[in-house]
Amino acid sequence: MGFDSLIGGTIWDEYSNKVTELMNNPKNMGEITEEQAEAMGAKLIVADFGAESCGDAVRLYWAVDPKTDVILESKFKSFGCGTAIASSDTMAELCKGKTVDEAVKITNIDVEKAMRDEPDTPAVPPQKMHCSVMAYDVIKKAAAQYKGVDMDSFEEDIIVCECARVSLSTLREVIRLNDLTTVEQITDYTKAGAFCKSCIKPGGHEEKDIYLVDLLEEYEKEKMAAAATIGNESGGAGSFKEMTIVQKIKAVDKVIDENIRQMLIMDGGDMEILDIKENGEHIDIYIRYLGACSGCASSSTGTLFAIENILKEKLDPNIRVLPI
Amino acid sequence: MRVYLDNNATTIVDPHVFEEMEPYFVQKYGNPNSLHSFASETHPALKVAMEKIYAGIHAPKEDSVVITSCATESNNWVLKSIYFEQILTGKKNHIVVSEVEHPSIIATAKWIESMGAKVTYLPINHEGLIEAEKLREVITDKTALVSIMWANNETGAIFPVYEIGEICAEFGVPFHTDAVQAIGKVPVDVQALNVDYLTFSAHKFHGPKGVGALYIKKGRELTPCFHGGSQMGGYRSGTLNVPGIVGMGKAMEAAVDALDFEMTEVRELRDMLEDALLEIPDTFVVTPRNKRTPNTILISFRGIEGESMLWDLNRAGIAASTGSACASEDLEANSVMEAIGAAEDLAHTAVRFSLSRYTTEEEIEYTIEVVKKAVERLRGISSSYAYAPEGHESGLDAHH
Repeated sequence: MGFDSLIGGTIWDEYSNKVTELMNNPKNMGEITEEQAEAMGAKLIVADFGAESCGDAVRLYWAVDPKTDVILESKFKSFGCGTAIASSDTMAELCKGKTVDEAVKITNIDVEKAMRDEPDTPAVPPQKMHCSVMAYDVIKKAAAQYKGVDMDSFEEDIIVCECARVSLSTLREVIRLNDLTTVEQITDYTKAGAFCKSCIKPGGHEEKDIYLVDLLEEYEKEKMAAAATIGNESGGAGSFKEMTIVQKIKAVDKVIDENIRQMLIMDGGDMEILDIKENGEHIDIYIRYLGACSGCASSSTGTLFAIENILKEKLDPNIRVLPI
Repeated sequence: MRVYLDNNATTIVDPHVFEEMEPYFVQKYGNPNSLHSFASETHPALKVAMEKIYAGIHAPKEDSVVITSCATESNNWVLKSIYFEQILTGKKNHIVVSEVEHPSIIATAKWIESMGAKVTYLPINHEGLIEAEKLREVITDKTALVSIMWANNETGAIFPVYEIGEICAEFGVPFHTDAVQAIGKVPVDVQALNVDYLTFSAHKFHGPKGVGALYIKKGRELTPCFHGGSQMGGYRSGTLNVPGIVGMGKAMEAAVDALDFEMTEVRELRDMLEDALLEIPDTFVVTPRNKRTPNTILISFRGIEGESMLWDLNRAGIAASTGSACASEDLEANSVMEAIGAAEDLAHTAVRFSLSRYTTEEEIEYTIEVVKKAVERLRGISSSYAYAPEGHESGLDAHH
């Protein structure tokens, strides 16, 4: 609620000028025929994604140099609204001159960012983000066809929110590390569910295998199960304290590997353990942040508390984590 | 050139209507329920307006035409009051609506459902029409209300309200009809059919926005939705919207006067547009012309997503409408197209053109020209008409 939500507006006003221009005059709209591909000495790839019955569909044409895997020419045809056409056009443009392996790395977020007028202003309103997802999916389809592999092989993880590209493992971790209990919290932490909202619960634009509400329920059940068995685990704390220093470092490293490291890496950072010292009743773990984590505001607040909490929970309640 | 073909959404205010309303803003601004000349000088115009409104739907004086703020209020009032009086008290447990009602009925019915009542959503057939006889199969002795619109806003399909009224009378169930799309397009006479409640809204027939009405038959009085200072005979409190009521009265009179023109001249222009658009290959209209309001066409252009068509039309200054996925926030396909069971690939391709008595032949000629160009350009972009090498198995048919 609030001022901005009351009168509403036309979604077209939220399109960037680039989106408008591309809808009016798509640059890469067209086809590549077998003959044209042959003349370039290239292999023709024709990949389809989406369906008219779902509201948007795209056919992508690539002429790929079989010796270098470079995409020499890239064209599209699209059934869809203005943003679907503009996204398809941008996607085709981004593919040009890249190798197939490079093209697979293009995400829907790259497509959306390329259509922005200003770096910090989204090119399309939230409910239109799924249009750029289709543009991204068709690249995978084309690459899979070129390489003769299954499309899913390009996806290392299950993507729950396609608009914001948030994976299942990231969501599971963020929910647990921060003890999230509502969809709004998940959206605040990860942006998942902020756009077309299909991933929140069944009944949206896209049908999903797993929804944010399922993940919250899963965590809720896990917490209840943990509460039920808490008595059995309490003996574990003493054993950490009695470990040798090498065992302690290994145990801490294992917990970080299993619960924390992937999240840090996704944000372009990492961490290392420098030392572990007993300090009265406390066990102090000295760590150093690496990459993007060093200097990140949350490294001394949210992220740090999350790391400390998980080590306390898994190893010993007297642990303190001290970044150097 | 700017062409307005979205008259089922709202209409231009008739300049004569505006003229009649004007004195009631700055000159005669009194509250009609006060005791002084500022109040009483509004009374003659209000009385004339109410008489015109009554005459427009041929309502007898013993019945009530309660002025509301809009059709949404009227529709909410009927359904919710029936819920409070009949369902919450345990006397009844069921209402019937059509599956293609306006959101102000559908969303209210869903709310009633969420409160524990049963709701039947009567389906439409492949022509977008309701089959009245189907009603017999769903009415029970616990049915508190049947609410079925007179004409559908998307397709213009005219529903069999006369037959529905008879069936309701037979079962002793109150009948409400949302006649928002009927006033000024077909004759509306509340005495010619069995109807207990009828909703309409001024801005759909060249009156002002912010004023609607609910006709209530004598003996079917509802619990008020707005309690307060007992205006509108205590049925709907709130200071009378004097300019709005004056405007609706004049607009109703003008709409009834123009009914013949609507059913001949407007229909002719609509048919001219429809004939020309149907000449374009792969175009489809669902409801037969003679079963539609004279001003409406819902047409599908295969291979063109509805919002794309609106985009090109808008660039050329033409206003039309679509219920297709991308144009609305909820990303649903056109509900009417889905209900009709139109070929799946057409669900997102429907565009609605709705004319009015202000539409000119020149505007229609221009529209035909623009639509043809838009179809050519957009089908040029469309994957539905795209080249594929021999042996390519299309991946565009399946759901993703």
